[in-house]
This record gives sequence, C-alpha cells and structure tokens, in this order.
Amino acid sequence: MAEITLQNINKSFGTGIPLAVNDLSLSIRDGEFLVLLGPSGCGKTTTLRMIAGLERQSSGDIRIGERLVNDLRPGDRDIAFVFQFYALYPHLSVRDNIGFPLKAQNLPSAEVNRRVENVAERLRITHLLKSTPGRLPGGEQQRVALGRAMVRQPQVFLMDEPLTNLDASLRTDMRVELKHLQHDLATTMVYVTHDQIEAMSMSHRIAVMNNGLLQQVDTPLNIYKHPQTLFVGTFIGSPPMNVVSGKIMGLRFVSDDGSFWIDIPPAAQKYTTHGAPTVFGVRAEDLTLHERAAAISGIAGKILVREPLGDETIYGVEAAGETLTIKTPPRLRFKPGDNVTVTVNHSAIHLFDKISEKALLPERWSNV
Amino acid sequence: MSSLEVLNLSKRFGRKQALNGLNITVKDGEFMVLLGPTAAGKTTTLRCVAGLEKLNGGSITLDAEVITALSPAERDIALVFQTYALYPRKTAFENMAFPLEARGWDTDRIKRRVEEVAAILRITELLNRRPAQMSGGQQQRVALGRAMVRQPRLFLMDEPLTNLDFKLRVEMRAELKRLQAELAATFFYVTNDQVEAMSMADRIAVLNHGELQQVDTPEQIYDHPANLFVAQFVGSPRMNTFACRFDADQRALISADGTMKLDLTPSQLDILQAVGNTTALVFGCRPEDLSIVEKGVVVGTVYVLEPLGDRTFVDIKVGAQSLRVRADANYRAAEGSKIEVAFDLARCHVFDAQTGKTLF
Repeated sequence: MAEITLQNINKSFGTGIPLAVNDLSLSIRDGEFLVLLGPSGCGKTTTLRMIAGLERQSSGDIRIGERLVNDLRPGDRDIAFVFQFYALYPHLSVRDNIGFPLKAQNLPSAEVNRRVENVAERLRITHLLKSTPGRLPGGEQQRVALGRAMVRQPQVFLMDEPLTNLDASLRTDMRVELKHLQHDLATTMVYVTHDQIEAMSMSHRIAVMNNGLLQQVDTPLNIYKHPQTLFVGTFIGSPPMNVVSGKIMGLRFVSDDGSFWIDIPPAAQKYTTHGAPTVFGVRAEDLTLHERAAAISGIAGKILVREPLGDETIYGVEAAGETLTIKTPPRLRFKPGDNVTVTVNHSAIHLFDKISEKALLPERWSNV
Repeated sequence: MSSLEVLNLSKRFGRKQALNGLNITVKDGEFMVLLGPTAAGKTTTLRCVAGLEKLNGGSITLDAEVITALSPAERDIALVFQTYALYPRKTAFENMAFPLEARGWDTDRIKRRVEEVAAILRITELLNRRPAQMSGGQQQRVALGRAMVRQPRLFLMDEPLTNLDFKLRVEMRAELKRLQAELAATFFYVTNDQVEAMSMADRIAVLNHGELQQVDTPEQIYDHPANLFVAQFVGSPRMNTFACRFDADQRALISADGTMKLDLTPSQLDILQAVGNTTALVFGCRPEDLSIVEKGVVVGTVYVLEPLGDRTFVDIKVGAQSLRVRADANYRAAEGSKIEVAFDLARCHVFDAQTGKTLF
C-alpha cells in the first residue's frame, strides 16, 4: 500500500508537438481508487505509463510511498500493471495462470499454492482452479486475470481500460466486482478510462484530463454537480449537458441570437458580469417538460424526438431556437410535434466564462 | 417508400445454421431495429436482404415484389456500414454525387439533389471538404447522404454509430431518428446496442442464435419481455434475476437458497398455481422496480454503491443473490450495512427456468 505523488510532470514526445502531459501535479492517496478520465489523446495513458516506469517523464518527480521512483525500472516499482483482462494462457490451468507471476519469481511451490488459493477464495473461483480458461465464461476469465494481478500483492494496481472489450452486461458486473475488491484489499488503484460511467461508478476520486492538462480532481458527485470547466461539464453525464452560448445582459443570460434567455437566480448574480460572453449549461434531468398550458410559465417548445430507454425517456425539444435534451420518467408520453413548456431547475444551472471556459459559480452557490 | 417482408429465411454457412426460418415484416416508413448479441444472425439477415448473401431457403419481398433473385444493384436498397467507406480523394460533394453520376444524371440535377440532401443532413458547409478534414460524425453524415441522394426504397444500416465517440453517438441517435421520420423512409437497422435500439426504433426485433425472440415496440419489449433472454438483454444495468420456486402452501415465491420469500399479487398467484410447485422458476425485477425503504420484504447487505450523478445504483447481497437497486443521486450507505428493500410486485416477472418463457 502506498500513496503516489506526481509533481510538476511534463511529457514531450518531440519539439513542435504539444506536450502530452502538461505540468501535472496530483496526489493519489494510500488505498484510494483514482480514475484518470478523458478522451483519447488527453494524456491519461501516458500518465499511467510514467507511473509504471514504461515511459520516462521529460521533467518532474514521481514518488510511490516514500520512494522517488524516477530512475527505477518498472520491475523495481512494486506495481501491478493490468491491461485488458483477458491475456490468459489458454493451455495452463487456472491455478497455473494465477501462480505464473510467483513462479517467475522462483517462490517455493508451497508458498505459491497458499497464495493462489487465498486469492482464489477472495475472488470466489476456488472451484475453478483445475479448469482451463478457454472453457470458462467471460466473467470468470476476468476474475482469473484479476487473480493473476492480485497474487503478487503489489503496492499499487495500475489499470488501463481493462473492461473495454467486454460486453455491456459483463462490464457492469465487473465494475461492481472491481470496486468491491479494491475496497476489500485497500490497495491503491490508478485506473485509466474514457468511459465516464466507469469513472463515476467505481472511483473515490476522478482526475479529468484534456489536451494534457488536468481539468479537475474531485469525488464523482462533485465532478458531476460542480464541474469547474466547460469541458468537465460536457464530458461527464449522459446525455451530455445542454449548453447555450451567449452573454449576460443585466440579470439575464441571453443566447447569441437573442431568442433564448433565462433569469439568473439572485444567489448567482454576484458572480456574473454584465456584457460578459458566457456559456449557460443545464443537465437533462434539471429541465422539466409540461403540457403547454397558460398556467405554467417557462420556455415554449416543440418535441422533436422521443427516446424511450425503459427506465427513463429522453426528449429532444426545440425551444427558443435551441435544441434541448430533457430527461423524464418513463411513463410520461409526448410525441414529436407536441407543444410543450420547459421549466428550468434554477438551483442546478451552470455558467461558464466563454473565453477561459472556467465555471463562474462556486460550489454551493445556491445554498448561500 | 416501401415495406419489406422476410419470409421463412434460412441461411447456412457450411454445417452451421445461421438462420432458420426467420420471418420479419418491416412496414412502410417504419424504423425497425434488429437487435441481438454477436453472432445472433443480425448481419447475415441484413446481407441477405441486400442481396450480398445467397439464401438457402425462404424469400424476400419488397413492395409486393419478390426480390430474392435480383442482384444487389437491382434491389434499389441503400446500405450504410459502421465504416463510412468514403472515397478519400473526393470531396463530400463528389462522394455524394457519385451514385447519381453512375446513373447518368446531368450536372445541374446532381447539384440540386446533393444540395437538397446536404441541407437535410446539415452538412452544407462541409461539401468542399475531403473525408480526412471531417470528424467521424461528419463522415458518417456524408455516407448517409450518399445513401440518401438516390432515394432508395429501403435503408439498411449495420451498426453505423459504432465507431463514433460516446457524445457523438448520443447526438447521432436523435439525429437519425429525426431524419427517418422526416423522410418517412423505411429503415432496417442492425445493432447489438440495446440503448440504440430502444431510443430509435418504432419496433425492435430481438434475435438470438438465429431465432426471433420477440418483435414489439421498445416499451413493450422493456416492460413485457417475451422470455428471459429478452428480459436480460434489454435494459442497463441488466434486470435482477434469481432462481426460485413456488410454494403453494405459503402462497409465495421462495428463492432457491431459501433467504427470500416474496408474496405476490392475486393474479400472479393464479398463474403460478396453474404452473405448480415442481417447476424451476426464475424471478426477475428491474433495478428501478426495487426501492430502499424503512420496512421492506427483504434485508440485504450493501456490497457496492455506484453513483452516476443523476442516480445511484446500490448493489446488495441477499443470501446467495445479488440485487441492484436504483436509488436517488444523493443516496448514501456504508458498504456492509444492512438495508431493507421493497419490490414493485406488479412490475416483477417470473420465467420458466427450463424454457425461459415469461409466465408474467
């Protein structure tokens, strides 16, 4: 078990190319499940590979526990690196697959057996030790692969999109298993993914990266509710956050073409500046659809698309020149062409500076 | 615009029977999604309709005309794949114009038609760009435009959104559905992604191992699955299921490990009474049909909490069973703590474990 500290890390893959990782400082706590999240090319895998020692940073320091590991080879860093979870040896038994890393270290076979059995029990695969992986269903193969990573009892697990090639239902099951296991082992875990649902559901904290720059490090719910940049706001959440570009006009946000506007709630007014180019954001579940009726004041709209997902329904609505996505309970029935009124949960709105793309409203602005 | 009828379609690859007497009707102007896991026979079905595979039996009818013997080109069907297959050296305009040039249209007419379609797809400003200068989503629109210019009788689509990133995929879903409705075109769309199927389809045909499982509207498929396969394949996260049997004396369902006893509604009891005690059953309930309450019918131990921002999934263990419960975004509980769960029984299902058939 160990904490990991990254201090002013830069990584360049050549002059003239933007830095792959740009002045990254990040502390990963002992026993923490930290997810590095971002789109492809954001620098997350490069960061993981530098922690592993597979890539040397151009500048900056990396510490694992108390040790400065800049000059240590991967094998000396006491980490287990797991790529995708299926590279098992098909001709070896489950027992031999799990024990493989220990045999490579020349541990006595009694010790190997003891540790393999211990890991198998934890993963609930004791009954499979004699089988060969090829005959096992995907989920059990994953557990075997996980067992092989666990058996060395590393200080740190590094994982690079391990669930990517699994089918959807197996992926949701493995999410739960991995999270439980990490909680159980309390081993520090750094996990790279581009899948925001994996990041949200499994991590203690998420570090969101884009273009080599760290955008925000925070708990899943804070990342979701209080994104500090427009990028974080729109990258996280399904469907993506609604955004409208415009500016502040007095006590209102007004869209670029002037047709969409919304009153800035009183508690937020002190953070906005008249005339400032601003991006307004609101999540699909913070908009509500109503049948068009005189009694409800809101934005007049028309249903464009209805997407039933079973446990909820998403509507695409044309309202005041914008296309808004709105999440509703499943049994609400509107059809394309219906006239509706859209209301906004004002305490859940987001405002971003259009130039810097930084959030204008601090956390808990609506509570003060 | 046209209706498609696939009748008794059979297809073998060597000794492997890929499709065995498949029947599907796609109505004029309908968005039909063929949904199933890998190797279910979806793409084979689509290729048979397109004329890219020879059938071993059955017929394919488009607008009351049997097209089984026609070549792909004679069928007047457009195919859109997950790879866009655009000509890299041609601009978007030239890519879209190509099928019309091949048909000998004159330049003015081609220009008018390409611009008309580009406006519908909102790619007018991209017409002078080459594929390398466009994003994946833009390229997919151009590929779609190339299929649309010649106004085919039927659009066949094979996982066209698979290669797009998540955000774009969500956008394109809504876009494709809007487009299909606007054109009143007939779409036959293949995917293994149940979210795509649910969100876009007028009706979904669920296929597994070459056999049709159910054809119905998204809501019916979700709320009233015909069998255990459909119930588990559609919905994310997956429906909770566990083995159980009916105890006629207690008039209740008992889980196989004996840790859960569920009272049922009178009409559900009547159905089970008719089935009897001896049949192995599977109970099924979706995460949103369970709720965490003060006083519930089962007590579970919190295994993992999965916060997603707009909701939280709570994974609990009850004896040997795992249950996933949908809770509010702000729900909090410590791992290992005990919580009580209630079931919305009217929305729960019981399946015959042997046949997979839905009893209710």
